[in-house]
Amino acid sequence: MSSRRTERGNTRSSLPIGLVLLALLAVLLFAVPIVGLVLAAPWGDLGGLLSSETVKDALRLSMFSSIAATVVSGVLGVPLAWLIARARFRGIAFVRSLVLLPLVLPPVVGGAALLFALGRNGVLGGPIFSFSGLVLPFSIWGVIVANTFVAMPFLVISVEGAFRNLDRRFEGAAASLGASRWTVFRRVTLPLIWPSLLSGLLLTWARAFGEFGATLTFAGSLPGRTQTLPLAVFVALESDRDLAVAMSLLMVAVALAVLIVLRDRWWGTS
Amino acid sequence: MVGDELRSGLVAHIEAGYHDGFRVRAPLAIPSGQTVALLGPNAAGKSTVVAALAGLLPLVSGRIELHGSVLDDPARNTFVPPERRNIGVVFQDYALFPHMSVLENVAFGLRSRGIARDIVRERAEKWMATLDLGEIARQKPGDLSGGQAQRVALARALVIEPELLLLDEPLSAIDVGRRSSLRRRLHEYLESFDGPRLLITHDPTDAFLLADDIVVIEGGVITQKGSADEIRLRPRTPYAASVAGANLVSGQAAGGLVNTGEFVLHIADHGVEGPVLAIIRPTAISVHLEEPEGSPRNTWPTRIDLVEHLGDVVRIRTGQPLPLTVEITEEAVQALGVGRGSPVWLSIKATEIIVEPE
Repeated sequence: MSSRRTERGNTRSSLPIGLVLLALLAVLLFAVPIVGLVLAAPWGDLGGLLSSETVKDALRLSMFSSIAATVVSGVLGVPLAWLIARARFRGIAFVRSLVLLPLVLPPVVGGAALLFALGRNGVLGGPIFSFSGLVLPFSIWGVIVANTFVAMPFLVISVEGAFRNLDRRFEGAAASLGASRWTVFRRVTLPLIWPSLLSGLLLTWARAFGEFGATLTFAGSLPGRTQTLPLAVFVALESDRDLAVAMSLLMVAVALAVLIVLRDRWWGTS
Repeated sequence: MVGDELRSGLVAHIEAGYHDGFRVRAPLAIPSGQTVALLGPNAAGKSTVVAALAGLLPLVSGRIELHGSVLDDPARNTFVPPERRNIGVVFQDYALFPHMSVLENVAFGLRSRGIARDIVRERAEKWMATLDLGEIARQKPGDLSGGQAQRVALARALVIEPELLLLDEPLSAIDVGRRSSLRRRLHEYLESFDGPRLLITHDPTDAFLLADDIVVIEGGVITQKGSADEIRLRPRTPYAASVAGANLVSGQAAGGLVNTGEFVLHIADHGVEGPVLAIIRPTAISVHLEEPEGSPRNTWPTRIDLVEHLGDVVRIRTGQPLPLTVEITEEAVQALGVGRGSPVWLSIKATEIIVEPE
C-alpha cells in the first residue's frame, strides 16, 4: 500500500532515498548504544547495585555539585548574558567568544587550564590559598568550579538570545511608570525571559551532571569526595561491569527526564 | 521659537535620532489642558518624539521643559531619566505587561514608587472603576479586546497622576467598526486630564476629532502646524493636502438627517442624535450637468468656485449652500465641459457620509 502511494507522488514520501538511508543510519547510531546498555543490564540486581555506598556517594556528590554549579551559573550567567546582549562597547564580541569557548574546548583542556590557574601555585589559586587557606583542586569546590566552567555557556547562550529578542517597549513602559532599573529587571525583564531561563538552567544542570573531563583533571576521582557519577562509572568499568551498567542506566533515565521536560520548548509539540 | 514663556505645559525642541542616522527635528509647545496631534505618515519620526519626551531616547541637542522644569538639555548636561519624569505614556499596541493581570498592570506605577500596598490597591481600583475595568481586573492582557487593552493602558498611564500624557497611536489597534465609539470615549478621557496631551497618529480623522491643534511631521521634520481648519484649508505639502482632503461638516443630527443650518444632508444612520461632524470624502461626491435621477438621496445645484488640476485628478471647490471639496478625474471634467463658475448639480449617497458625534 505505502509503496504505491509513493509512486503516485505522495509528498510525505518524496524524500530522496539516499537521504532517508543516511538518516536511518544516524538513528541507529543513537539507538544501538542504548539498546546495548539495556541488554547488558543486570536487571535482577539493579536495586541492590544502585543502593551500594559507592553509588549513593557518587549520586549525592553529582547532585550537590551539579545543582550548585547551576545556581552559580544562574547568578553569574544571567547578568553576563544581559551584558553581552545589551552592551554596546567594543570588545563585547571578544567577551562573547571567550564565554562560548568552553563549548568547543575539550573538557580535559578546560580542567588543565583551571588547574594551572586555580591550583595551589596557580595565578589565582596561590593568592586564594594564602588568604583563605582554601584549596580548590581535588575538593568538592573544585568539582563545582569545573562543572560551572563547562556548563554555564549553555545558560548564557539561551538567556542571551531571550534578552536580545525581548521587546524593549516593555522595559521602556516600566521605566516611564517610575520603575528603577533594578525594578524593571526584576519585575519585567526577568519574568518575560523566564521560559528561556528555565530551559537554560535545565540544560546547564544536565551538562554539569554529566561532566567528566574537566572534573577528572581539576578535581580528581576521590571516592566520597570528588567522585561524581560519571567518574564512578568510568572507574567501575575496570572493576565491576554490572555496577557501571547500573549507574549508566541511572544517568540515561535522568537525561531522558530532562529531555521530556524540555520537549515542549524545543520541538514545539503542540 | 515657540512659546518659550509658557509656564504651564510642555515646551520642547527635540533633536533626536538613532544609530542608523535618522534624525527628528521637532519643536513642540503644548499648553496644559490642550491636545496636540502629531500627524504624519509611517516612519515620519512620530515614535521617536514619544521616546525622546518619555526619556527613553536622550536628545542629541535641543531642550525639553515641562511646567518650567528642564527634563533634557544636552548643552547643559541635564538629563532626567524616564523613571523620574512622571510622564504617562500609552504606547503603540499598548505594551501591557503580558505576565501581569490587569490590576497588576494598573498598579505597577504606584508599586514602583514604593507606595504602601493598601493605598496602591485603593488608587488602582479607583482608576479601574473610572475606566470601567473592574470586571476584568484579574484577566491577563492576552485575553483582552483592543478597546479593553486601550483602557488598561490609559489607566496604567493615568494612575501615576502624570504631568504630561503621551498617546502613541491609541486607536490603531482597534478595528474600524469600533473605532468611532472608542474615539468618543478617548476624547472624554483626554478632556478630563488637565495637563498637556500629545496624540501621535497617522489617521487624520483622529487628529481632526481629538486635537485642538495639529502638527504635521514628515521625514523627521515638522512641515506644518495649526488648527484643523488651517491645515484643511491651506495644506502646505502634498501629504497635508491628501490628509486635508476630507470634507468636515458640523450640524445637528436627528432622524437620519443632519442640519447644518443652511443645508440638510440625508445620512444612513437614523439612530444618531445631537451635534455631529459629517465626514465626506472628496471622491464620494458626483458632479452632473443636470439634476440626476435615481438613488442618491442628496442632490443639489451649486456652482464651481475653484478648479485645481492635480495630474489625473481635478480638485473642485463648490459654492453655497454647502461648500465642499470634490475630486473627479480629468476625463470627467473634459466630458462635462465644466470650469470655474459653471453651474452644476452635486450628488452624494447617504451611505457615503460618515457621521461622528461631536
